[in-house]
Amino acid sequence: MRGMIMSTESQTFTEKFDLLGCIQCGRCTGGCPVTVRTNLNVRRFVYDAYSEEKLEELAKLAEIWDCTACHTCAVRCPKGLKPLEVLIGLRSMLVDSGKVQSTVRNALESVYLEGNPWEKPKATRYDWMEGLDVKLAKPDTPVENLFFVCCTIAYDPRLQVVAKNMVRLLNKAGADYGFMAEGESCCGSEIHTLGEELLFEEIVGENTAFLNDFQARRVITLSPHCFATYKARYPHLNKPVLHYTQLLAELLQQGNLSWGHDLQKKVVFHDPCYLGKQSGVYDEPRRLLKSIKGVELVEFDRSRERSLCCEGGGGKMWVESESKKERLAETRIKDAHNLGAQIVAVACPFCVLTLEDAMKALGYEEEMRVAEMTELLAELA
Amino acid sequence: MTEKPKLGVYICHCGINISATVDVEALTEYALTLPNVKVARHYSYMCSDPGQLLIKNDIKAEGLNRIVVASCSPRMHEPTFRKSIQAAGLNPYFLEMANIREQCSWVHEDRTEATIKAKKLVAAAVAKVRLLEPLEAREVEAERSALIIGAGIAGIQAALDIADAGFKVYLVEKSPSVGGRMAQLDKTFPTLDCSACILTPKMVDSANHPNIELITYAEVEEVKGYIGNFEIKVRKKARYVDFDKCTGCGDCASACRVANRFASEFDEGMGKRSAVYLPFPQAVPAKYTIDPKSCLYLTKGKCGKAPKCAEVCGAGAINFEQTDELVEFKAGAIIVATGFDVFDATGKPEYGYGQYPNVITGLEMERLVSASGPTGGKIKVFNGAEEIVPQEIAFIQCVGSRDKSVGVEYCSRVCCMYTAKQAHLIVDKLPEAKVRVYYMDVRAFGKGFEEFYDRVRREGVRYIRGNPSEIFKRGNKLVIKAEDTLTATPLEDEVDMVVLAVGLKPRSDYRTTMELLRLSQSPDQFFLEAHPKLRPVDTATDGIFLAGCCQGPKDIPDTVAQAKGAASSAMIPLAKGKVTIGAQVATVFEATCRGCGFCVSICPYSAIELVTVNRMGHMIEVARVNEALCKGCGSCSAGCLSDSIQPKSFRDRQILPQIAALGVLR
Repeated sequence: MRGMIMSTESQTFTEKFDLLGCIQCGRCTGGCPVTVRTNLNVRRFVYDAYSEEKLEELAKLAEIWDCTACHTCAVRCPKGLKPLEVLIGLRSMLVDSGKVQSTVRNALESVYLEGNPWEKPKATRYDWMEGLDVKLAKPDTPVENLFFVCCTIAYDPRLQVVAKNMVRLLNKAGADYGFMAEGESCCGSEIHTLGEELLFEEIVGENTAFLNDFQARRVITLSPHCFATYKARYPHLNKPVLHYTQLLAELLQQGNLSWGHDLQKKVVFHDPCYLGKQSGVYDEPRRLLKSIKGVELVEFDRSRERSLCCEGGGGKMWVESESKKERLAETRIKDAHNLGAQIVAVACPFCVLTLEDAMKALGYEEEMRVAEMTELLAELA
Repeated sequence: MTEKPKLGVYICHCGINISATVDVEALTEYALTLPNVKVARHYSYMCSDPGQLLIKNDIKAEGLNRIVVASCSPRMHEPTFRKSIQAAGLNPYFLEMANIREQCSWVHEDRTEATIKAKKLVAAAVAKVRLLEPLEAREVEAERSALIIGAGIAGIQAALDIADAGFKVYLVEKSPSVGGRMAQLDKTFPTLDCSACILTPKMVDSANHPNIELITYAEVEEVKGYIGNFEIKVRKKARYVDFDKCTGCGDCASACRVANRFASEFDEGMGKRSAVYLPFPQAVPAKYTIDPKSCLYLTKGKCGKAPKCAEVCGAGAINFEQTDELVEFKAGAIIVATGFDVFDATGKPEYGYGQYPNVITGLEMERLVSASGPTGGKIKVFNGAEEIVPQEIAFIQCVGSRDKSVGVEYCSRVCCMYTAKQAHLIVDKLPEAKVRVYYMDVRAFGKGFEEFYDRVRREGVRYIRGNPSEIFKRGNKLVIKAEDTLTATPLEDEVDMVVLAVGLKPRSDYRTTMELLRLSQSPDQFFLEAHPKLRPVDTATDGIFLAGCCQGPKDIPDTVAQAKGAASSAMIPLAKGKVTIGAQVATVFEATCRGCGFCVSICPYSAIELVTVNRMGHMIEVARVNEALCKGCGSCSAGCLSDSIQPKSFRDRQILPQIAALGVLR
């Protein structure tokens, strides 16, 4: 029972999560987006976890799997605590004892064996490149922008287009870049939130060594989840990490990118939690959208720092929610519909999946479209 | 000194503070083995009367001429023991303290090791005390006047006290009127006195007092000198209105071509003013000012055919040719009373401040609820484009207080009570309204505070224990996303208006003041007092004092109390008419000084300058120390390339044997 008393080294659960720093102000639960549809009350977990003897019991509560790891609780906490990590700590107790859903177990095992959580073979990770003029990075060749492709984008047929479009945009801009044709492996973002700490530590070590080996000025990620994880949880990475919207905004500003077509549409941008709240990138995606002639950019009332989570993170791809209440992605799509938006622009593979599902479920397919930013931009370039 | 050193060593138990960890008897025996030590004693409280008497009697009976006291930090009791050995006829600087409390007993647990360390500290003090020279403190004349920076309630109160005592006061205020933050407030908690009603008489007094020279719309630009003799330069900004001619009639403001176009600073942007303006009706002095940033004539060089203000002014007071004026004077003491700014609520974007017009700050609420405010005291706000009288009102506590996420860890001390007061005022004005206060702790610690909090709850104000996380809009309602932590219920409460109880922050320009006066900051960024308990109004610089919120958040009674304390401390040199200059200052050995000026650039007190002297017919530059400014910190000595500048009592030949003694225990 490693998770119970000594999660890592000799720290107790209370020490590890600084539970005694909590003043029970309620901002964590107050800000938690899933409270409208589940019983999760993260403040209660922080409070109850003071008692080490209760931990096992707490870990059995189904709510611990409702957390989407959006980090709102951590961003709002006035004392610098990360309440969601308490839930992850409880999850890790279950992972250690093997008491997790088979979907979770399979995802973890797949990362361990194949370097991705989607139970796909390692070797087919680069299939998306087929037929494309992709520049490949080699450790001994200096390159400006080293690309890291998210597992979901690499394998999911709906999302491979993100990587493909990225290549088209980079080639058009004449950018100095390189994609990896071997050795690329899951960043571990979802492994961490699912609670598999040991595996995550191993992944961090391996990826750090792998990426540090490249003579690249910086690493560009396609998913905000990889972006936030590399930035926050890879202390020994020797390169700065950017999200691709930052790079594209830079290329646009330098005059290396331009749009050949107009887009006469009302567009709303949905801030992904991992890009916005967690990493503070709000302006670059908007700058890109505003640069398109004809686009009328509208804003959600809950935008930027107050963006509403789509429920795609926190390992939720592998844990089905039991709540029958309206999904947050549906709330979001309804809000977009009320704004009269014809396009919901997103910059995260998970947001594409959740919001597109919601749009279909609500029957708005005729009126609007969920588009990954690269899809819009590559069409116009 | 040709006299043979005869030493007395006095070891303090400090109750059990020292004796529990250090073997004082063994230490005493050890002290007796040290060279030149004639007497060594230990006693429970050496600083007590009987303790001091021990030393005095021994000096007389045994003919001691050097004293070592092994006790606490010299910061605490060095002055005490200097006085007692002086009373017994010794030069007060023939004393060395061995700090065996803060530097030994308090920080160690092992008694054997601590005793060994105490022995080393005593041996070192003994080694040094033998080499000390007699020094004389000097007195210089002190200017019998004070400078007070900032004319809010703290500055005004301190000015009135000092002026009433018969001393001259220069009261300098940055804005066009005195009154500060207190003038902006409506009622005051918990007594509900009208803030303006109790403040205005004092404002008027500060302008009319024969001993106060009120200098408004001005900034202190330079402060040189030292306690008793500060030399001050103040820039009086051009008002573009002749101060003596202006009658305060206000015709200019009504006639102004850009009348009521600019956000009124006094009304926190809730109201408008003209380019020529009086900040508020009761402003003192009642003289108009032209804001150079908003005046058409001053920004664009023309205002129609001719500025209308000048056309309508019957007194002919408008003067666009006016320029800044520099005023110079001397003062014996300075009181800093620069006040505070409120937390900028856009720093917490989750609350939508700046985005929703019906989310306002506590200070804006003061103006909204005030009869002299932009709505004449009517509670109404814009909800989107529509003006409404809110029926459901929420207060959120601790916005920009106790919040690491915005870098403010402290409690601002006034928000709980100003919120309770504002909630009461709303209940009073809008009896049908639902008023809720979202809080995490209610801190009602002052006189009458808890009673007031009780009253407000009984008036129907609903207190909900949970600090909200987010505000967003649903339809035409604001939604407060929070948790009622007492029932563990997540909430999405719909309201018409939100008041953010913003906390207190240091003035945005605190750095300028800090650099001007060489002040220090505490970790909360407010100005640092010399001692948190015993010298709460003093600063590290003699003669400079703090009053009011520049030192930390406080309410009006505490501010006034501190202002009175600062005034009374500032009056000490003024009343004496002279100040004592410390004797442990740096001296220059001119024969070896090369005049490189390195010490001049190092000195944190600007106490050193280069002067030209005649050295055997050659005119050369050497360093010279202004003993009144020198604090004896030793920075110059550490930097000097030729060992030519050294502080008295800390010369190399005095401290090197002391250091050597630390390393060798016989």
